[in-house]
Amino acid sequence: MIETDVLIIGAGPTGLFTVFEAGLLKLHCHLIDALPQPGGQCSEIYPKKPIYDIPAYPEILAGDLTEKLLEQGKQFQPGFTLGERAETIKKQEDGSFIITTNKGTKHKAPVVAIAGGLGSFEPRKPKIENLSKFEDCGVEYMIKEPELYRNKDVVIAGGGDSALDWSIFLTDVAKSVTLIHRRNEFRGALDSVEKVQELKNLGKINLITPAEVKGILGDDHVTGVVVEQKDKEPFILDTDHFIPLFGLAPKLGPIGKWGLEIEKNAIKVDNALDYQTNIPGIYAIGDVNTYPGKLKLILCGFHEATLMCQSAYKRIFPDKKYVMKYTTVGGVQGFDGTKKEAPKAVVKAIE
Amino acid sequence: MEQDVTIKIKDRDGVIHEVVAPTDMAMNLMEVVRSYELAPEGTIGICGGMAMCASCQCYVNSSHELSEMTDDEDAMLAEAFDVQENSRLGCQIQITSALEGLEVELAPES
Repeated sequence: MIETDVLIIGAGPTGLFTVFEAGLLKLHCHLIDALPQPGGQCSEIYPKKPIYDIPAYPEILAGDLTEKLLEQGKQFQPGFTLGERAETIKKQEDGSFIITTNKGTKHKAPVVAIAGGLGSFEPRKPKIENLSKFEDCGVEYMIKEPELYRNKDVVIAGGGDSALDWSIFLTDVAKSVTLIHRRNEFRGALDSVEKVQELKNLGKINLITPAEVKGILGDDHVTGVVVEQKDKEPFILDTDHFIPLFGLAPKLGPIGKWGLEIEKNAIKVDNALDYQTNIPGIYAIGDVNTYPGKLKLILCGFHEATLMCQSAYKRIFPDKKYVMKYTTVGGVQGFDGTKKEAPKAVVKAIE
Repeated sequence: MEQDVTIKIKDRDGVIHEVVAPTDMAMNLMEVVRSYELAPEGTIGICGGMAMCASCQCYVNSSHELSEMTDDEDAMLAEAFDVQENSRLGCQIQITSALEGLEVELAPES
């Protein structure tokens, strides 16, 4: 069981800045994120895009912002559970919460800060009638164990980097690899496109374009897919696995079933006070929340995180007196023993 | 106002809305849809207008000359669902005076 003061769900910019603000109050943080790396959208979707409205940065790349936020919070030694999605929450008798991920990792904290942004990123699923029936029975949305495809027939659908890269990779593993894309053109890295072309010429990849998978065949496991090609009759392609790779889309996911008040696909909070939800001890900050006048901006998430931490401190230590200190006055004392403070002026008397 | 254009937008329930969109506010079509609340919040413009999701995909049903598709938009539509010949991403269509009378239909939510 991982125990901490503030359990942050979501390791995007708002979640990462919460680590720093909580650290100033001597509160330890642990972050959970479904993505395999911190940064949320900034690292997953647009790391190379410039952002222009981060205070004091006329321009900063989203990926660089993530790095700087990690650096800023590093001294407060946050813990991370990455590549796992927060699934369930249970309130304990002492008022604390236990949050369990989809992989069974348990976390306990008196305060939960949901900084989930747009939600957890989940594979975009094509509209095929019986798709869900075959999930994990021959239909996979991401390749976790390539050995699963050893000596099997595999059909991959998609036209981006993932579809290209995995098609290339699986030629050394699978019995056959078929890549199906709705267009003739692929939108991936040039060398990947060229490699697929080369493997097609060698007969190692069966390329079917422009085409779409419209149906899946099988009883309790995939045995084939129905392929529709423009101006041709649909045909059946025998296969053991169908892997649709159409990128990721954000969904609120399990958090939406935690009993929180949801409005317009976001979590309703008390913005007049501390961004607390309808469940005391659970806060929602950043893009995941909603209140009158809400703006989904990173800088607003930073502000919300700051106020939330003050409230979290009072909740954890109701009897302690605390006065907010400027970092220019009190400096920053990390949990790792580091201390940052302004150099003291040397006073020397004139004799 | 002279700076406004009238656009017909068919929502996902098939209802046609005739809306007035300003040309002097640097708005795009996705933002117009959101400002008139023609699709539930959280189902359109998810990426904020960076051509990184297809939640604002629409079908252009009039013969207006639109700005050329960028690589980013083209790439996104290559991965999107329910794509037709007349598909565009609303976030990539800037509102200009040339769009007077534009007719579009919102693609299904995916």
